[in-house]
Order: sequence, then structure tokens, then C-alpha cells
Amino acid sequence: MAHIKVIRKSTMDNGCDTACGECQTSCQSACKTSCTVGNQSCERKTVKVLNANKNQSK
Amino acid sequence: MVHTFGLLNRLFALDTESGSFFEIDPIVKAIIDGDDMSPFSSCEIAEAKTEIERLKSDGVLFAPQVKAELPPFNPVIKAMCLNVSHNCNLACEYCFADGGTYNDERKTMSYDTAKAAIDMLVEMSGTRRNLEVDFFGGEPMLGFEVVKKTVLYARSIEKERGKNFRFTITTNAYRLNDEDIDFFNEQMYNVVISIDGRKEVHNRVRKTVGGKDSFDDVIKNALRFKERRKGQYYVRGTFTRYNLDFCSDVLFLNDLGFDQLSIEPVVLKPESPMSIREQDLPRIIAEYDKLAEEYIARRKTDKWFNFFHFMIDIDNAPCAVKRLKGCGAGGEYVAVAPDGTVYPCHQFDGIKSVALGNVFDGINNDELRKKFYYCSVPTKTDCSECWAKYYCSGGCMANSFKFNGDINMPYKPACELMKKRVECALAIKAIEEGEQD
Repeated sequence: MAHIKVIRKSTMDNGCDTACGECQTSCQSACKTSCTVGNQSCERKTVKVLNANKNQSK
Repeated sequence: MVHTFGLLNRLFALDTESGSFFEIDPIVKAIIDGDDMSPFSSCEIAEAKTEIERLKSDGVLFAPQVKAELPPFNPVIKAMCLNVSHNCNLACEYCFADGGTYNDERKTMSYDTAKAAIDMLVEMSGTRRNLEVDFFGGEPMLGFEVVKKTVLYARSIEKERGKNFRFTITTNAYRLNDEDIDFFNEQMYNVVISIDGRKEVHNRVRKTVGGKDSFDDVIKNALRFKERRKGQYYVRGTFTRYNLDFCSDVLFLNDLGFDQLSIEPVVLKPESPMSIREQDLPRIIAEYDKLAEEYIARRKTDKWFNFFHFMIDIDNAPCAVKRLKGCGAGGEYVAVAPDGTVYPCHQFDGIKSVALGNVFDGINNDELRKKFYYCSVPTKTDCSECWAKYYCSGGCMANSFKFNGDINMPYKPACELMKKRVECALAIKAIEEGEQD
């Protein structure tokens, strides 16, 4: 496309395998006076990525 | 809903509901925003409209509202702030703990109370495996013997109970020795050190209880900590109206060698000379622009650093329910005061009208907990129409309560700053990825 560059499509995850509650509580990181979930990571997806990286390096 | 913005000499568009993110040219921006199209040729306009239509039909531009709702109330708790000491060796002028009194007398938590809190957390955590405990204050190092004993107790039961504790400690580093740092390395998943930046900025507001400057001792200890730290940490500061040029404080801390940084706007009532006022917002927004530019430049050098509010994980982003819900205060996250009283979060500590129970008799105010649990993007004033709603989840409930008397009514100056930081985070992500291609 000449006028639009896609950076990411559909980052909103709303599948049935969500809302497990295992991710970090946002205020437990460094803010303590605001609420930022945008910079947090999904615990399940992060574990999957870490495992994939581990398998690749084997 | 599509939000367009310009930053760092580039134009971007964020589709709020799908979370899709694009770099765009001025023609696309004008079409989306309904601006004057006369500067552009009809051929260019037609081409850009075709691209927009294609993305619309793919469901990634002007996407319909996310169909997500909170699961019914569940009394599970998985995160806890343990306020082990209301007491503090510093007397920071802006402290929400009100000089260590937390609206009450200065108290220190006993081991029996801390142990009961851990037992309550494990008991109420249901099937959740990852449990977070933050040691907070006041200054938690003033109750460090209790902290150590509590950590070891939690470790002694975590395997048999099928749990994984992640401990954090937030300290002013005024008194920190190698033995303390070794314990942090063994047990603390995250350590947050409070420093406000430049010497004169820090000393102006972070004096000792006796009125002495704290900067020299704090920096000496923090640098020693950084040298020995194995694991996650943040150096976290607060900026006030006294240092609206806070970009200089972030860069100062980076120049000292710290590479995980956070600086937060102070939250104070307008009558305080340090408070952030509406008229300060343009200056602060310009400062974030300046920081974003310097951030990108430094991350290509040996002065690489992370700024907490410019971090964004768009590939492993939290799910829609988490984005609606936010911090979970009063629901899955609670704070425990030194006497064992349970509050929705550390910022509510001492406000008796929102006490939820105590660690000995249990949490017995589920009606109030439900109000906190269901407080989310759809229930908050004006949030439904805001493009940033899935990045801040409607803001901090404690700030809403303190400023507007209602956890569902966000504190507006914080909204404006949050929006700016999200724009910066997204633009930085796009630019850094583009440079890697």
C-alpha cells in the first residue's frame, strides 16, 4: 500500500483462552500511582515465546 | 474508533477496537479526520480511500466494539501490597502516606500479621499459580526483619500449595547495604528504588525526617545496588511542578548508569504548590516529546535504557478483559496495613470507609469489593469514547476517588498524560521496528 503502512493488525486478544489472571498486576511493577496495562505482557503468550526460543536454541 | 496523531515527524493511526496500528501519510490522516482535502489530487485521494476500504473490510480499521465483558465477581486474590512500615526515614513533601501517618499513627507490621496476610493470600488465590507480594511503606527497610521472615515463610509453603511467589520491594535506598542487596538478589523478582533525578530536584522534596538532604546517601547505595543487582529493577521518580523539565531528570539518571527508569507525575490536590495543574499539561506533553526523541537516540548507543511508560508489548499484549479491568484493586489486588486491615490498594491505606476486612478475620465486605471489581472501562465516565481506553483501563481508581470522590470518575489531568505516553510508546515501537527492517 502506498499511503498506509501496517505496523500491527488485530492486537486485541479476545479468544476463549483469555482472562486467566496469571499476568502481573499493573500497579506492582513501577508505577504505584497510575494504571498502565498497555505496557504489560500476557503471561501465557510470553511463556509460549520463551519456550519457543528455548527449543530453537537447543 | 480511529485515533490519528503526529509524533517524531511521522503520522500514525490506531484503531482502538482491533488494536491495529498503522503509519499513514497526510492524505489518509485528512480522510480519517474529515479535514480539508483540497491540498491533494483526486487520484491520490481515490488511491488512499481504496486502501482505507480494504483495511475496513479486513476488520482492522473502524472495527466494531470489542465484545468482552468481565467474568462474574470472583473473590480470588492474587496480588498483595504489604505495607510493612508506615514509618519512613525520609519525609518527602508530596508523599501520599502523609508523612508516614497514612491518615493514622505511624505503625510497623508484626511478623504474625504478615504471616496471616500470606496465609490469607494463598487461601484466597484459588487456582492462580503466580502470586505477587510487594513490600511497601513508608519505608519497608525499616521492617526488613519482618520482610525477610515473611519471604522465607512464603517460600516454605509455596511448593506444597502449588504457588509461585513473585516478590517486589519498593525502597528509598537511604539505608541499604550489601547484605540487603544479596537478599534482594536471592528473593526479589523486582526491586523499585525511589530517586527523583538531579541532586537539587531530589533534595528539594526528599529530605530526611530530620530535614537533611538525602541525595548523596541514596545515590551511593543505588549505584552499589545497580552494580550487584541480578534481576529486574526500576529506578522510579516522581516529578512535580518544581521540575516540569523532568526529561533532564530521566537523562541524568541514565547518565549515572541506570537503564530501567520510570518517572511519574505527582498526584496532589490543586492547592499544593507541587501539584500538576491543567495549565502545566502543554509543558509536560512537550517534555514527553523531547524525552521520546532522546530515548530513540540513546537506545542506539551504550546509553540504551527502558522508560517504563514508553514500553509497549504489542505482540504479547494483555487480553481484552485485562484491558477493561486494569489494576484489579479491591478485586484480585489488595493492600494490607501494618495492623492487618485490608484495603483495595496501597493508596487507600488508612481510609476506613473502604476497609475490606482484616487478615485475621478475613475479608468480609464483598459488597464493596464488587464495586471495585466491576469498576472498569464500561462503567467509567467518558472512557467508552476514549481512544486510549484499552491502554489505561480508565485510570487509577484511587486517584479518581481522591479527586472526584468516585472510583468511576477518572482524574482528567492523568488521562491527558496517559494518552500522550501511549502515543509516544506506539510511535517509538514503529520507528525502532522500521529501523531494524
